[in-house]
Amino acid sequence: MDFKHTEDRIMLKDMVARFIADNYGLEERNTVAASAEGFSRDVWAQFAELGLIGALFSEEDGGFGGAGFDIAILFEELGRGLVVEPFVASGILGGTMLSRLGNDSQKALIADIIAGTHTVALAHGEPTSHYDLSHVETSAVPDGEGWIVNGSKAVVLNGDSADSLIVTARVSGNTWDEDGLSAFLLPATTEGLEIRGYPTIDGLHACEVSLNNVRLGAETLLGDSGKAYPAIEMATARANVALTSEAIGLMEVCRDMTIEYLQTRKQFGVAIGKFQALQHRMATVLTEIEQARSAVINAAGRLDLDRVEREKAVSSAKVLAGRIGRLVAEEAIQMHGGIAMTWEYGLAHFAKRLVMIDHQFGDVDYHTARYVSLSRQAA
Amino acid sequence: MDLNYSEEELAFRDEVRAFLSAELPSALAEKVKTGKRLVKEDMESWHAIMNKRGWLAESWPVEYGGTGWNAVQQQIFDDESCAAGAPRTVPFGLKMLAPVLIKYGSEEQKRTYLPRILDGSDWWCQGYSEPGAGSDLASLKTKAVRDGDHYVVNGQKTWTTLGQYANMIFCLVRTSNEGKRQEGISFLLIDMKTPGITVRPIVLLEGSREVNEVFFDDVRVPVENLVGEENKGWTYAKYLLTHERTNIANVGANKVSLAHLKYIAENQKIRGRPLIEDPIFAARLAQIEMDLDAMSTTNLRLLSSPDSVANAGPMSSMLKIKGTEIRQALNDLTRRALGPYAMPFVSEALETGYNEEPIGPDYAAPVSQEYFNNRKITIYGGSNEIQRSIITKMMMGL
Repeated sequence: MDFKHTEDRIMLKDMVARFIADNYGLEERNTVAASAEGFSRDVWAQFAELGLIGALFSEEDGGFGGAGFDIAILFEELGRGLVVEPFVASGILGGTMLSRLGNDSQKALIADIIAGTHTVALAHGEPTSHYDLSHVETSAVPDGEGWIVNGSKAVVLNGDSADSLIVTARVSGNTWDEDGLSAFLLPATTEGLEIRGYPTIDGLHACEVSLNNVRLGAETLLGDSGKAYPAIEMATARANVALTSEAIGLMEVCRDMTIEYLQTRKQFGVAIGKFQALQHRMATVLTEIEQARSAVINAAGRLDLDRVEREKAVSSAKVLAGRIGRLVAEEAIQMHGGIAMTWEYGLAHFAKRLVMIDHQFGDVDYHTARYVSLSRQAA
Repeated sequence: MDLNYSEEELAFRDEVRAFLSAELPSALAEKVKTGKRLVKEDMESWHAIMNKRGWLAESWPVEYGGTGWNAVQQQIFDDESCAAGAPRTVPFGLKMLAPVLIKYGSEEQKRTYLPRILDGSDWWCQGYSEPGAGSDLASLKTKAVRDGDHYVVNGQKTWTTLGQYANMIFCLVRTSNEGKRQEGISFLLIDMKTPGITVRPIVLLEGSREVNEVFFDDVRVPVENLVGEENKGWTYAKYLLTHERTNIANVGANKVSLAHLKYIAENQKIRGRPLIEDPIFAARLAQIEMDLDAMSTTNLRLLSSPDSVANAGPMSSMLKIKGTEIRQALNDLTRRALGPYAMPFVSEALETGYNEEPIGPDYAAPVSQEYFNNRKITIYGGSNEIQRSIITKMMMGL
């Protein structure tokens, strides 16, 4: 049992923290977030040069990390910096799908992802799928050597700026079947693809994707036809380790800002932190953050265990990060008072992201139900 | 970062398991697992078995007869003991007084009292709380006045757990009214057989007798029974609070409680199906289980980081809060799992040798009384509100 990070990971963490402190102020972040693509290609190239995208991939895939704790330590720092670049979309989701399913020529794209010269987005969720991973109505019908794909994809993270999309579609079975899902890798410029990009409330970018008789060649299929589900689940698990780790970073920023505010803001002639009504609520916030951190450590550490153990830990982390993220965000705003409601003060940007993480890849209720179902499978 | 036990830790766990399977009497384990009341002899017999193996004083240094186990080993031992149904050793001498004596006691006191704790000659109880000094412990009034080679003690202690079995009590007493309240408190060791001491039981809400009032009426205590310096007792009392890191969250006991709740929920039926399959019940259960899994890691993070002693104070308080909240949530859900059978309460059914047919399921009898009895855990040991104040004081300097 050992709860210390390796030297390499600590160096990675320090490097990211330094880069963000020097180059990634909140004002710059918000300017970039408001741009057409929602992130900066320049900064993305710098992140690539620092090796941060490569840290998400195993050596086998040309990276130098890829383990749960590599993801965790990187995303915690990215959370502190409120980073908007497509680490989750391209590095985690796109990268995992390619790594798990791609043939050699498809996997060649991983080098470009790591280099930051090519971004990928995963178009999987649909307008009525809520968070259910196996719910896919988009269809792929055989057409000669290839397929014709029709359907809609919803809230695709960074899909509006991606160079390639990975689209999932059903080749057999019913709407909720895990079996019968295929994944296709296609250029964003493919004919019949309609992409409507938009900003999200927490400063990210996503898009709606319509696929209208999109003709795909045989070479676009990733992995075996109808067998994409385990890779989708793994990509989602890794994304959830990333997001919950990001949440820890965000929580700690909210915590530190609130502690400082409680120490300095005076009302009725004293620092408001002298009031027990606030002290005890802050103590609960501090305690719960440690719980969230432990749950994320469990998920990162169990990412390589068998499926049920891995997914239970991931759902558990997502439940705690969701519940505690909301607590921290709401309490930080309430304890600050009016100033936290302003755009300028800054806290709100962290709080917004923290709350919205619960809306990505399953919220508290979804993952509670999923944990129950996984527990039953294990019994 | 590695969440798995090392080879050495696994070997240690096997050694503990082998000991428990060989030495823990099955009748005693059965009593613990079925929630029967333990009597004095039960606690003494387990104490003796543990002492014989040399594993009684898990947190003491080896030179005083301790095991020399590190914190992770202590946690492994606790997990395994709880899972096997071993009773908890009575903590007042072993875990509360002994560390104070080892750190602040005289050589004479260590030589006298530590062996007697181990061999069971002394049963200690704790004399901290008073009717007017609960969470505000420093307001205590029990007075000790120096008279030649003795202190003369007058006053009253309360909530004295298992004081009815004790022959010794360690007390915080007021030796000065000068200066700050905390600076006039001393730490005294008192023989319960001294004339002038009266012990009176307090019956708790569910009818049990585990706590007492202890009255002191001109009780003469030899001055050599003072621990450390006069008026420094508050420091010694606080030392325990900030250095008692293992087991504060009761992880092992919480895991057993969760497993028992699952067993009950599999056996209770609603519309012919096990209660554990009811979606609302299953969700409540899952949320507690997830919280417990995280707390178990929070606990290990604290234990395995010897360099984070600075953080130990707030982390200990956090674990006390979470451990007790989770335990109460488990007790609450277990009670609700029984439905109407949470109500029948035949107190004798909790005694060993009760042979009547149980009312309702055989696991029902102790559940509600445990729920009510465990309302104490967020109150004692520094109430959870006191813990919250400690956390903000330490982490925010407020």
